[in-house]
Amino acid sequence: MRRAAVLGTGQTHHRTRRTDVSMAGLCREAIDRALADAGVDWPDVDAVVLGKAPDLFEGVMMPELFLADALGASGRPLLRVHTAGSVGGATAIVATSLVRAGVHRRVLAVAFEKQSESNAMWALSIQPPFTAPIGAGAGGYFAPHIRSYIRRSHAPGHIGALVAVKDRRNGALNPYAHLRQPDITLESVQASPMLWDPIRYDETCPSSDGACAVVIGDQEAAEASERPVAWIRATAMRTEPTFFAGKDHVNPRAGAEASQALWRSAGITDPFEQVDVAEIYVPFSWFEPMWLENLGFAEAGHGWKLTESGETRIGGRLPINPSGGVLCSNPIGASGMLRFAEAAMQVMGRAGDHQVDGARTALGHAYGGGSQFFSMWVVSDTAPASA
Amino acid sequence: MSETVAVIGFAQAANRPSAGTTSGVETLVPVFREALASARLDRREVDFWCSGSSDYLAGRAFSFVNAVDAIGAFPPICESHVEMDGAWAFYEAYVKILAGEAETALVYGFGKSSAGLLRRVLALQLDPYTAAPLWPDSVSVAALQARLALDAGIVTERAMAEVAARSRADATTNPYAQVSGHADPGDLLAAPYVADPLRKHDCAPVSDGAAALVLAGGERARRHRERPAWITGVAHRIDPPGLGERDLTAVPSASAAAEAAGLPDDLDVAELHAPFTHQELLLRAALGLDDRVRINPSGGALCGNPMFSAGLARIGMAAEQVMSGRARTAAGHATSGPALQQNLICVLEAES
Amino acid sequence: METVLAAPLEIGFDYTRSLGPVLGRFMTGLRDRRVLGSRTADGRIHVPPLEYDPVTHEAVTELVDVQPTGTVISWTWTDRPLDGQPLDRPFGWALIRLDGADTALLHAVDAGERSQMRTGMRVGIRWASSRTGHIRDIECFEPGEGSAPALESGEDPVTIMRTPIRLAYTHTTSPEESRYLRALAEGRLLGQRCPVCHKVYVPPRVCPADGVPTEDEVAVSAHGTITTFCVVNVPFAGQRLEPPYVVAQILLDGADMPIPHLILGLPADEVRMGMRVVAVWRDRAEWTTSPENIAHFQPTGEPDAPYESYEDHL
Repeated sequence: MRRAAVLGTGQTHHRTRRTDVSMAGLCREAIDRALADAGVDWPDVDAVVLGKAPDLFEGVMMPELFLADALGASGRPLLRVHTAGSVGGATAIVATSLVRAGVHRRVLAVAFEKQSESNAMWALSIQPPFTAPIGAGAGGYFAPHIRSYIRRSHAPGHIGALVAVKDRRNGALNPYAHLRQPDITLESVQASPMLWDPIRYDETCPSSDGACAVVIGDQEAAEASERPVAWIRATAMRTEPTFFAGKDHVNPRAGAEASQALWRSAGITDPFEQVDVAEIYVPFSWFEPMWLENLGFAEAGHGWKLTESGETRIGGRLPINPSGGVLCSNPIGASGMLRFAEAAMQVMGRAGDHQVDGARTALGHAYGGGSQFFSMWVVSDTAPASA
Repeated sequence: MSETVAVIGFAQAANRPSAGTTSGVETLVPVFREALASARLDRREVDFWCSGSSDYLAGRAFSFVNAVDAIGAFPPICESHVEMDGAWAFYEAYVKILAGEAETALVYGFGKSSAGLLRRVLALQLDPYTAAPLWPDSVSVAALQARLALDAGIVTERAMAEVAARSRADATTNPYAQVSGHADPGDLLAAPYVADPLRKHDCAPVSDGAAALVLAGGERARRHRERPAWITGVAHRIDPPGLGERDLTAVPSASAAAEAAGLPDDLDVAELHAPFTHQELLLRAALGLDDRVRINPSGGALCGNPMFSAGLARIGMAAEQVMSGRARTAAGHATSGPALQQNLICVLEAES
Repeated sequence: METVLAAPLEIGFDYTRSLGPVLGRFMTGLRDRRVLGSRTADGRIHVPPLEYDPVTHEAVTELVDVQPTGTVISWTWTDRPLDGQPLDRPFGWALIRLDGADTALLHAVDAGERSQMRTGMRVGIRWASSRTGHIRDIECFEPGEGSAPALESGEDPVTIMRTPIRLAYTHTTSPEESRYLRALAEGRLLGQRCPVCHKVYVPPRVCPADGVPTEDEVAVSAHGTITTFCVVNVPFAGQRLEPPYVVAQILLDGADMPIPHLILGLPADEVRMGMRVVAVWRDRAEWTTSPENIAHFQPTGEPDAPYESYEDHL
């Protein structure tokens, strides 16, 4: 397998409503930053891959068509990936495959959501005929499964709040984050309104407009780069059905098998020891302990202890979401790519105030749908051994 | 890593004016079974599944998710999705095999075009600020392109009617076609316009359907199929979106894709994804196809146009020409967007 | 053979689009009865404006006025306009190159009849009497040289445009779903068993784990166990119930996968995992082919089911 590396990343300032830009402008803000970060100019871009969640959010059918010029894709190959919430990650993986296949030298991957043009909860709660009106958005869907986790693991009730405090304070170190709350406390989180018991307001991701872009290059492009690159050691994607008899909604097998395949491919035998930092998709705070278990950083039922120990803070043994994660910024189509990009930024040493010292191997993770679509990658400051 | 990739199986649902549901599950179950059987592959041997479909066709967000139920995705599978015609899912799977990330893949496309008013839904593909708010329907947009071609003397209404007549006649041998029969071009030309200069016969029908295609790398392909259809080249390009920005009678992205895919001079068969008669003529010119090439022996999209699988089906039917020994070289073409904005060409040959 | 059930599905939203610097100026111009085009590095003037130069990829900054009159470079005719199109009587669509522009704009021409349309005809803008900064500030084009001089612009620049998008679909059920819905209309809960894994699914469907249609019909009880639940406190657009309410996953006796439904009949904070519940049907006279025939579930008063009996369904 040919080698591929992240040459540069870029993202927008994520806000509830980016009323200062059009959709093209939002994408270009991230793209222009990524090209500059990669030291790459437009003639060097061989292909573009766009990722975005449902078209209904912006009311545009297949937006890659009208955005072709703005994305610099006219006259080039252009793909548009849609794998629900994991799409940002899947998009980066598709771009990586294009480079690994030797089809292109440099591929621009971009993901965005301008969901303030409609209303995310409306789009996610459209009720088809012949169904009962019990949908209550993403929070209403996941809250029962969080309750199941708490029951299964006997986790104490404040674990979710600990994650919220950590991530929101991390967001304050990230100039692009939507929510930046340096003064948030455990007490303030626990006093915030209960939205879908057991999920509280401050434990819930915002709705954001935002975009993220990464430039992926082949070995020659990476070695020619004047700045450090993030070598892509491994990628993995797995899917399982939304519902089926016996599905484990708390520790989905698709996520567990994706991570097992990922670690194997990356040559990682002890993820907790060998991974320096992880950006994982936590839209509701309790997903941190749940994904720690699903990813193999902690034994089943013990993820919450890792969170409680403080080791997932910056400065701990396994910082999780030093960027503030999805809890701070959630432009749905872009969130997965933000996780992948932030992981790359860490091993490139370009994470600024939320840089984890000595980060050399990082995980980027995304999930989507009914805990059914998983995409993830491992990036590192050193190239993988020859294929 | 595979140096070569081949199509080893293909199946499609009958193109019907109304069939199945927007989830596509019931339509896909037999299509998967047939595609896998034709490839002599068990579903558990598929390394990568990739689909193409559209939420707006279905009227709901995440409409592709339900289709996964047709796979039997437990134990978990490696799977992805593009919000595009399945032809681009085919491209993604092809690349994955080339990259060495998979050895086999099943690609599918599906769509219930009849669920909404298709030509009105497709207006949402246009610029959301300056065009879509006027709701220009897809047939009117195609008509604008046809008129430019007529005014420039590149096509004639009679030549367009002849495309329709030939397609319908060919479709009588295609059990999956929705429209077929023998029509005289003169009779067709007597019909009124639906969107001047387009008449009903110039436009593809609205079709519900699905298609699936199986790919395998190198040696694996040879084990499953006596005569795989080897992909000697596949490429795609997109043109600028503004309808008034580009020459709608040239199809530069098709020409560029054909060149990048290495479309050969001695092509036997081309399945072109042309939902309008004038578009077949424009594509012929853009791809440099002369009279020796047999165009759309299936009847083409004019005889059945299930959105989001029609392009994939062109590739599949071109592959069948090669797998059955009827052709040595064949090309499958797919298009996306208004007035042939984006185009994909796949070249298939009997020897790798 | 039974027909499948179908019903209309309408989706609609009034989208608000922020325009950014280039389109904002363009739409502000339209409000003021001016048409602006963008100038790209090659000197060409584009109407509608491009936001980014297709060659240099730089953001476009220069906008210039073009005339409200132009030439039709292509056209077609619509006898039966669709919902939302610019006119509700027969009209022509056209690509129109405005005087001063190098590219063409798509819009409607109110020509009266098809015979009046031709390539090369001259058209001019008919401005809408009430303009907000929207492509529909151009009501349409009409044959001839148009009307109305530009306004003096004194108002605030336009930065947002609103665009309502309404689409009508027909939602069609599968034969299995239809059978399930017809059973509900008779007060029965219907499941089907998968021939491969032998699990019972309610509602019946293709078995998601095996990819085969479920076959054997199985009557499923209206009694079940709450596996897990949440209390919905938050209001949202399109919501049909007033919070707080409990949404639970209920494993019906005889089924192998929970269904989501409402729990009523006790305070939300008394609902428990493992609680035994039973469906409460609406008045028989109100029954239709819909899961809404069951209004909610309520506690039966039985002892809670042991955790082991439902832990594999979480």
